[in-house]
Amino acid sequence: MDILNQLFAGLSLGSVLLLAALGLALTFGQMGVINMAHGEFMMAGAYTAFVVQGVVGSAGVSLLVALPLGFLVGGVLGLVLEATLIHRMYHRPLDTLLVTWGVALVLQQVARDVFGAPNVDVTAPEWLSGAVTVGGVALPKTRLFILAVAVVCVATLALVLQATPLGRRIRAVVQHRDLAEASGISSRGTDRLTFFIGSGMAGIAGVALTLLGSIGPTLGTSYIVDAFLVVVAGGIGQIKGTVIAATALGLMQSFFEYSTTASVAKVLVFVVIVAFLQVRPQGLVTVRTRSLV
Amino acid sequence: MTTTHRTTDRLAALLRPGRSRALAGFALAAVVLFAVAPLLLSPFRLSLLAKFLCLAMVAVGIGLAWGRGGLLTLGQGVYFGLGAYLMAMHLKLADAGPGGVPDFMSLYGTGEVPWWWEPLRSPVATILLIALVPALLAGLLGWAVFTRRVRGAYFAILSQALAAAFAILLIGQQQTTGGTNGLNGFRAFFGYDLTDPVNQRMLYLVAAGALLAMVLVARQLMVSRFGELLVAVRDGEDRVRFLGYDPALVKTVAYVVAAVMAAVGGALFVPVVGIISPADVGVVPSIGFLVGVAIGGRATLLGPVLGSIAVSWAQTSISEQFPSGWIYFQGALFIGVVAFLPGGLASLVRRRRRRSAARSAPPAPVTQTEGSTP
Repeated sequence: MDILNQLFAGLSLGSVLLLAALGLALTFGQMGVINMAHGEFMMAGAYTAFVVQGVVGSAGVSLLVALPLGFLVGGVLGLVLEATLIHRMYHRPLDTLLVTWGVALVLQQVARDVFGAPNVDVTAPEWLSGAVTVGGVALPKTRLFILAVAVVCVATLALVLQATPLGRRIRAVVQHRDLAEASGISSRGTDRLTFFIGSGMAGIAGVALTLLGSIGPTLGTSYIVDAFLVVVAGGIGQIKGTVIAATALGLMQSFFEYSTTASVAKVLVFVVIVAFLQVRPQGLVTVRTRSLV
Repeated sequence: MTTTHRTTDRLAALLRPGRSRALAGFALAAVVLFAVAPLLLSPFRLSLLAKFLCLAMVAVGIGLAWGRGGLLTLGQGVYFGLGAYLMAMHLKLADAGPGGVPDFMSLYGTGEVPWWWEPLRSPVATILLIALVPALLAGLLGWAVFTRRVRGAYFAILSQALAAAFAILLIGQQQTTGGTNGLNGFRAFFGYDLTDPVNQRMLYLVAAGALLAMVLVARQLMVSRFGELLVAVRDGEDRVRFLGYDPALVKTVAYVVAAVMAAVGGALFVPVVGIISPADVGVVPSIGFLVGVAIGGRATLLGPVLGSIAVSWAQTSISEQFPSGWIYFQGALFIGVVAFLPGGLASLVRRRRRRSAARSAPPAPVTQTEGSTP
């Protein structure tokens, strides 16, 4: 029973991490850009849900409106960031980390000035209240919903990458930028679109997070570090690695927490990841190239 | 090469313009820190400056590891925090007296001092541990990561995750670390009463001396063969490996030196400021250390120090007047400096210097001596 409980808690945490890390893996994988403002795009998505609820009123409808709108808000923010700052710095990937951190600080303060420093609440719709009991374990419907959102996001992204012309272009640029350009692919346009989709994912993640608790200006910072760990452990260039790493991290955190405490569990997860990188320095799944590692 | 040759070489090196300029700069800094500042500043401002100097020590190490070695370390707060918590725990134990228990432990915990805090009752052991514990952690992590050629962004993310885990651990272990409140309320520093203004001034002088010593160490490292190797590893790691050097070793040494500098800064921060809490060591302050380094000029010797002091001063004066203004300002600094002036303010100074040198003596080729490359 306890095992099942922990299993579900781990999967649920994994799905949240996955939503946060999916967009990161996309932008980091394609452009080598470390977008520290990704967490703040999540925060923007969460506040979008808050605003939508204020306008629409009915909690049941507002969530369904907020999901696509959150995607749009996150995506547009990402697009603006890419067009103004990041595209100047593709040859200095480490510096993008610091620049986007600056953007993150500004966005946090903007949220604080607009919505106030205290956390705000978004009411969960009625059709998500309560829990489903499976085998004696109560599974809250909100967490199941987030799990479903994560699955849908992964499936959609995989479909886009595998079966659409855009996906083909993205994969080509990830594998070999120069060769892709030589074949007539606009890497500039592809980069922008990738950034839009990746940041939009952050917006969706933010909307989903409103179901788990109250939201505040620093919502993003609490997830960004773990999300980056997922990307590092999962390897870049393919969604598969991110999915496995997010699930594994969620499960580890949950089971370590069960046998020790939450804070010790964090340290243990970190140690496991460093040990794992001893075996696979490039992460779980890598695109094989002949460049020097 | 005979010994006489070598001595004349050394003499020539001493008289080289770069060396003498560095010596002059160092002497000027010493006069300002030891004579001018204590005379001009009020005790409150002096103690504020002492705090800035402690933070600048972290910046010296970051300048070496990041500016020279290309190791973007986002977790210096961990080493700063290790030094600080070791010192703070020693002060707490010393305040409690021999065999005594610090107040917060009897408040939150079992009222017993865990065995792993016991060595900190001794002042000598404390000073040794402040250097050894961070060096060991940085050495282990650096060696594990660099030998497997985990680098660039991966290293940055790992160092940041370390900072996150460290802060969470401190908060979680409230009965032994004081939790969110951290450690505060120290009465004495190695037997000197901390409320006495004379001892506060002494602390300032200790901090100034430590910072100058670190700048000296950093300079010697930068002009040594190790410094050359470090820059070479930053600019072309594979080539260095093909030449027969071990880049992992070079990087690990730089990372360890930076960690120890941060730890000493943290250890002195505690008696100067009087409090250390997880909020001073987590992810956000760890990245905050980088602003000053970036502004001053990450790859220069004095840039990180001056930049860090300037940023600390700006933070204090801006947040005194506009509480939310500082965060906008800090964000704008990160964006503006890193995106548009990656060499920091030092690159402006150098550009101007080069231009004026070119104007005064146009035909002479600019040869850079080792001292003049900052």
